[in-house]
Amino acid sequence: MNTVIEGKDIMVRIRGKELLDVKKIGLKKGEIFAVIGPNGAGKSTLLRVMALLQVPQRGEIYFKGEKITQKERIRIRRKMAVVFQEPLFLNDTVIENIALGLRIRGIKHREAIERAKYWLERFKVEKLSNRWARSLSGGEAQRVSLARAFALEPEVLFLDEPFSNLDVFIRESLIADFFEVLKTTGITTFFITHDLEEVMLFANRVMVLMGGKVVQEGTPQELLENPKTDELKRFIQAWERFKFKMLRML
Amino acid sequence: MDTIFEGLKKAIVMLVTLDADIYRITLFTLKVSGLATLISLAISLPAAFFIAIKEFPGKNFLISLANLGMGLPPTVVGLWVCLLLWRSGPLGRLRLIYTPTAIVIAQTVIATPVILALVTAALQQVDKKLRLHIMSLGATPLQMLFLMAKEARYSILAAVIAGFGAIVSEVGASMMVGGNIAGYTRVLTTAIVLETSKGNFEDALALSFILLLMAYLGTMALTYLQQRRHEDEYGN
Ligand SMILES: Nc1ncnc2c1ncn2[C@@H]1O[C@H](COP(=O)(O)OP(=O)(O)OP(=O)(O)O)[C@@H](O)[C@H]1O
Ligand SMILES: [Mg+2]
Repeated sequence: MNTVIEGKDIMVRIRGKELLDVKKIGLKKGEIFAVIGPNGAGKSTLLRVMALLQVPQRGEIYFKGEKITQKERIRIRRKMAVVFQEPLFLNDTVIENIALGLRIRGIKHREAIERAKYWLERFKVEKLSNRWARSLSGGEAQRVSLARAFALEPEVLFLDEPFSNLDVFIRESLIADFFEVLKTTGITTFFITHDLEEVMLFANRVMVLMGGKVVQEGTPQELLENPKTDELKRFIQAWERFKFKMLRML
Repeated sequence: MDTIFEGLKKAIVMLVTLDADIYRITLFTLKVSGLATLISLAISLPAAFFIAIKEFPGKNFLISLANLGMGLPPTVVGLWVCLLLWRSGPLGRLRLIYTPTAIVIAQTVIATPVILALVTAALQQVDKKLRLHIMSLGATPLQMLFLMAKEARYSILAAVIAGFGAIVSEVGASMMVGGNIAGYTRVLTTAIVLETSKGNFEDALALSFILLLMAYLGTMALTYLQQRRHEDEYGN
């Protein structure tokens, strides 16, 4: 079994409203698992449940085949890293923000800073090291967030639309740098996106979520060739029309 | 007018000549109120953390209780603690009435609601999403408390200064449970009351200026820190 993290029979209900109902989801070692779906589909909720940040009303999470008990949640969380939809920083410098997760794991300050520096360099933002983290621009903040996640050397990486709030120029270069790092590290990745193109380019598998339910799961190719619902068909057609228009404009 | 001037003059003379009595009373006041503030903080931090991050029935009631407690009249607290520590009272056998410990207890009771209410508000202001981020880093509850407190450090400091200010300037409770015994339980405020009742206005004024100086130093520290926070946010 090379499934790293797995969720079974997950149901999230808040104030009587069912937000999520996923029978089975599993990430294999080293794969990039994309989740797509419209706004409010439950993607971020699913991420929080899988990353042990939210307790579902029903269902279990397994890590390498073992059911995670309440007591083990913190220990397993330390094998994961999360990049949230919006970059969040403590009121401190960039380098201290990156080192924090390592400090929490009991790593000595000096070593944590060394490792933080290395990852800042990998993401080409070593110049920001001593800046106040909350004063960064959107693009800078997202690079630093990614560096912070990789610095933890996680076994599973969770990303919630990390490129969605960026302009095209910054986006292109960040995506390129990010996937270069991801490829060389080979980290198992749970990747939420709105963008079919990102799915087609990078994902090994993709799950489509709508109204809290799984509509389809498979390879990106399968999704393109055989979308299972009319809604999904329209979504893909809209995307293809858009791509076609873009091509004509060039 | 003359009295005020004389009082100020005397205060300065007392300060520069290191008047032994004044120094003892001032130091004792700082020690008693400082200790009471620290104990209140030690009680308030974990309690406020619990209130801020947990959802439980009666939560709002508890917060409203702390808010109400902020206006607790010191004389009322003095009376309660007095009854509790009185020789024939429930804790009478501990023989604490008219001791410095009694003052610390009464002042802790007065300061705790103030510090608890303000620290709770401070921790509640830490962004929920930021809490989620700290959690995702694998923080234990204790690490979470520490990081949230660090995040709200300026507001917590303000809470501490407010709590200290409330008890250092309080006279009723200290008088009732401490007894204003010279060289043993006399603090600045009770000394002022005594000197005034004896008609020693100059001494009373001198003491009052020292109390004001302490209050001013506290406010200064707070202002300084708030100014620094400004720099923090813009990274200069
Ligand atoms: N704490 C909550 N209380 C009430 N409703 C919630 C809560 N959290 C999420 N929801 C609702 O659950 C649904 C799914 O939210 P979620 O954030 O998971 O969607 P999403 O797929 O990530 O959307 P987006 O693409 O806009 O980020 C939304 O309708 C949202 O309003
Ligand atoms: Mg979302």
